[in-house]
Amino acid sequence: MTEAYIYDAVRSPRGKGRKDGSLHEVTSVALGKQMLNAIKDRSGLDGHAVEDVIWGNATQAFEQGGCLARTTVLASELDERIPGLSINRFCASGMEAVNLAANQVKGGAGEAYIAGGVECMSRVAMGSDGAAVAIDPTVAMESYFVPQGISADIIATEYGFSRDDVDSFAMESQRRAGVAWEENRFEKSIITIRDVNGLPILDHDEYMRPGTDMQTLGGLKPAFKDMGETMPGFDKVAMLKYPHLEAINHVHHAGNSSGIVDGSAAILVGSKEFGEKYGLKPRARIRATAKIGTDPTIMLTGPVPATERVLKAAGMEIGDIDLFEVNEAFSSVVLRFMQAFDVDHSKLNTCGGAIAMGHPLGASGAIIIGTLLDELERTGKSTGLATLCVASGMGAATVIELV
Amino acid sequence: MAEFTMEKGADGVAVITWDVPGKSMNVLSMEGAGELDAAVTDALADEAVKGIVITSGKDTFAAGMDLNVLAGFKEQGAEGVFEGVMSLHHLLRKIERAGMDPKTLKGGKPIATVLPGTALGIGLELPLSTHRVFAADNPKAKIGLPEIQVGIFPGSGGTTRLVRKLGVMGASPFLLQAKLSDPKGAVKAGIIDEVSEDPMAAAKAWVLEAKDADIVKPWDAKGYKLPGGAPYHPAGFQTMVGANAMIMANTWGAYPAPKAMLSAVYEGLMVPFDTALKIEARWFTNVIMNPSSGNMIRSLFINKEALEKGANRPEAPDQTVKKLGVLGAGMMGAGIALVSAQAGMDVVLIDQTQEAADKGKAYTEAYLDKGIKRGKSTPEKKEKVLGQITATTDYAQLDGCDLIIEAVFEDPKVKAEITKAVEAVIPADCIFASNTSTLPITDLAKASSRPEQFIGIHFFSPVEKMLLVEIIKGKETGDRAVAKALDYVRQIRKTPIVVNDERFFYANRCIIPYLNEGARMVSEGVSPVLVDHAARLLGMPVGPLQLIDETSIDLGVKIAKATKEAMGDAYPADAKGVDDLMFWMFDLGRKGRKSNAGFYDYDEKGKRTGIWPGLEEKYPHAEDQPDLIEVQHRLMFAQVLEAVRALEENVLMDIREGDVGAILGWGFAPWSGGPFGWLDMLGAAYAAERCDHLEATYGPRFACPALLREMAEKNHSFYGRFGPEAKAA
Repeated sequence: MTEAYIYDAVRSPRGKGRKDGSLHEVTSVALGKQMLNAIKDRSGLDGHAVEDVIWGNATQAFEQGGCLARTTVLASELDERIPGLSINRFCASGMEAVNLAANQVKGGAGEAYIAGGVECMSRVAMGSDGAAVAIDPTVAMESYFVPQGISADIIATEYGFSRDDVDSFAMESQRRAGVAWEENRFEKSIITIRDVNGLPILDHDEYMRPGTDMQTLGGLKPAFKDMGETMPGFDKVAMLKYPHLEAINHVHHAGNSSGIVDGSAAILVGSKEFGEKYGLKPRARIRATAKIGTDPTIMLTGPVPATERVLKAAGMEIGDIDLFEVNEAFSSVVLRFMQAFDVDHSKLNTCGGAIAMGHPLGASGAIIIGTLLDELERTGKSTGLATLCVASGMGAATVIELV
Repeated sequence: MAEFTMEKGADGVAVITWDVPGKSMNVLSMEGAGELDAAVTDALADEAVKGIVITSGKDTFAAGMDLNVLAGFKEQGAEGVFEGVMSLHHLLRKIERAGMDPKTLKGGKPIATVLPGTALGIGLELPLSTHRVFAADNPKAKIGLPEIQVGIFPGSGGTTRLVRKLGVMGASPFLLQAKLSDPKGAVKAGIIDEVSEDPMAAAKAWVLEAKDADIVKPWDAKGYKLPGGAPYHPAGFQTMVGANAMIMANTWGAYPAPKAMLSAVYEGLMVPFDTALKIEARWFTNVIMNPSSGNMIRSLFINKEALEKGANRPEAPDQTVKKLGVLGAGMMGAGIALVSAQAGMDVVLIDQTQEAADKGKAYTEAYLDKGIKRGKSTPEKKEKVLGQITATTDYAQLDGCDLIIEAVFEDPKVKAEITKAVEAVIPADCIFASNTSTLPITDLAKASSRPEQFIGIHFFSPVEKMLLVEIIKGKETGDRAVAKALDYVRQIRKTPIVVNDERFFYANRCIIPYLNEGARMVSEGVSPVLVDHAARLLGMPVGPLQLIDETSIDLGVKIAKATKEAMGDAYPADAKGVDDLMFWMFDLGRKGRKSNAGFYDYDEKGKRTGIWPGLEEKYPHAEDQPDLIEVQHRLMFAQVLEAVRALEENVLMDIREGDVGAILGWGFAPWSGGPFGWLDMLGAAYAAERCDHLEATYGPRFACPALLREMAEKNHSFYGRFGPEAKAA
């Protein structure tokens, strides 16, 4: 079978996902276009060089609606014969784009793809595309729908993570992100976002607070306690699903959950022949991919079965993996991952993660694959596994290996 | 005979009067619906008619749908229900559109409703389809949609129209909690339009003056927006998220009707009005076809009423109680005095000291004071009720009583002495009842010189709240005593069941195994949280451990000791685990809520704060916790097998009483319609199979009763075999 290789990976800096965020003025199209152009320029692609652009996005409404992938291709310098496919697997959209691309290449359906995603959370609010899963009684009630924050707190309750545990993890994410930027570890991938005249708008992740300490975090009120315990009482819904739980321990807040940001990322995936044709050196092989559906109420435990599945597909064991990227949607998600596989924090999220730098939903999957690749190269290690938890109870994972 | 009649006035107003012959309140039949349709069609076509007023010939408007109509629909399956409901939608929609051009919205005839009094169910859904609703200023009138309480939801447009009038949030108390309003409250809530001293005159004037625009419903007009926002409007979205969660949280997910209703609301709000009615009909059909709604209607409406009306009353002259003697002014006696005096009886409340008797009477005073504060009573009523209670120590005051209820300490000796002492002063034809909850009536009757006049009247605590009264026939109890007890229960407006005398009668016989099974699981290492939650998920109002705390652990210990003594060697060996646990808690002084310590911990205010951690220290949770269904079946079968055995032993003589009594007495999963309703839903064959599994795994207390086994073999159902129709045949 044909192998699928990563030839390049780029990402935007992440802007605060608010009206005063630096990228708030940049449209989803403009942000994504600069990723596509960067890939084209850095690899010297020309004409109908790739089969498709697979573009992840979790809120396909307004400017992110109407097949944003095609729109972004049209706005970019790519050839119009490259079509564009918008996909949505919520937080794993960016990863799913890469995995789909890899599997298309492996199956011989095209030699190369650009895969990635975008999310301008300051411009298109999370959930503004509607979601039957939360309000259609035939699904919401039957699947015991609760918001993600409650799910994260259920994980903490079920698997025994205290407020101190989740806060410590968050603090370490901030510290690591600070070190990573100090040491310019993202240098290879970061594309400065510019205006229509080429003037720079943002060249660094602006959400981080590297000096965050336990005291600051300890002062934050649990964000999901009220909606859980009083109105409308999601804890009760959770207890209907998990009748062994006496109460939900509400530990998560803005400081130990992923940040709301604007951002985008793209990865160039192709076959060996594609690289030879353009004189490109493959950086890594995409060894295996996986996706899985999981219990939708606790919702965010997907990384564990997704990892089991991707390891099986790769014919590997957890000990064979040198570095991990587990998306920091909420602290408890990553703590659960480390607990389930007995993975040491020193091998995981070595540059910090979404708690410090933010989680642009549709882009994050591609971002963490890019970070994993950069870190494997920087540390001279060989194999890496990236995984994310996904809304509505899903998970996705990718194993890459340097070549 | 006509249920609807129309009179066309010279003023151009056609008055359609609803007056079902032979009924105290109007209920809608299909014949009635046909007559209403004909009258409306006639009036709309008659050029001399300018407007229409629909009213009632009774002092109320209507009590709702004739439930036989639904039963009739149901006989023809889902299609029958759907088509039947759609025919009502067409009628009400015809009234709402009133002949107007659907495009220009012009040319319709104004139609108003006049409510002389109570308007419930279809009795409000019909008015909601008219253009303006006037009500008489009758504070006793109740206006609302109580359907959800019997396991269905307003299915003749009430759901769709009320939500469009008030928004999802605004309509939810009336749809989900079946909130009833008086006419002024209903106007304030925006359900009806006007309260008037002469509503008929006001309605006539209005229909003659109303313009085209006045009779177009907001949802039929251009640019209609749902109050509070439609489902995918940002605010409406949040409301819907909350509504889903709250229904789940409040009902523990156990009831089909509120879920179906919310689906009708959600799906209906995204389509035009007529399509929304069709969707409402589809979900309504779905609920009607669910066995839960049929069982709930049967037990909570039809059979409850039948029992209250004396379905099992023996032939005997009227036994209305005029003067009641209550022996013992403790909590039960005080409550019995209260409800009896409220029902208009003279009550003599006796205790050993005047102080104790006065304290019992003071209970009524405190209760009525609370009622006055809440506007439910008046100082005059309070004086009258208190005036009917004589608190005394003097047995001579019992002279002239026609019923005595004894509610003294649960000690056979004390009871025997009192029986003798009282019989010495009361009239020879007076009926003597004991409110014992545990002692056999036949034994207590031995102290009586007239055992045929001796009976058990078992109240539940608190008396003023609990709806059920269990009447127990001793071996020698005569028909007149039963009739007396039934007439008395009817006077105090509670629901009676009549059972034969066996240990713990019916209710406690079923409750105690439920409590024990819960405690037993804890002693086996099942998580107490799982035990109580499993019960709640079945729709039980209180988990077994919480219920033990409420009823007190010392009572449990006392009953266990007494039972052991009475049964001797027959006392089941598998009770040891439960007894050990209960005695241990008792020795620690953890007596339940009353000592602020039991299976649960409590704060100073008596609020439960969580399972007592000491429980897990003594009974560590097993590594492997059982599946939810296993815990649930242990809790359910513990109860329902007792109900079956009670039927086998003729303690229970009527399964309707077994079901109604279970729901009203201890809150047995109301959605199921009661223990026999639940077993019928399971099917005897599956139930027997589960018994075999439970017996093999947990012991002989789950052994399949012979009756159930036989029914499994013959593929019988309880209502098919023991229901009133089967009995009549």
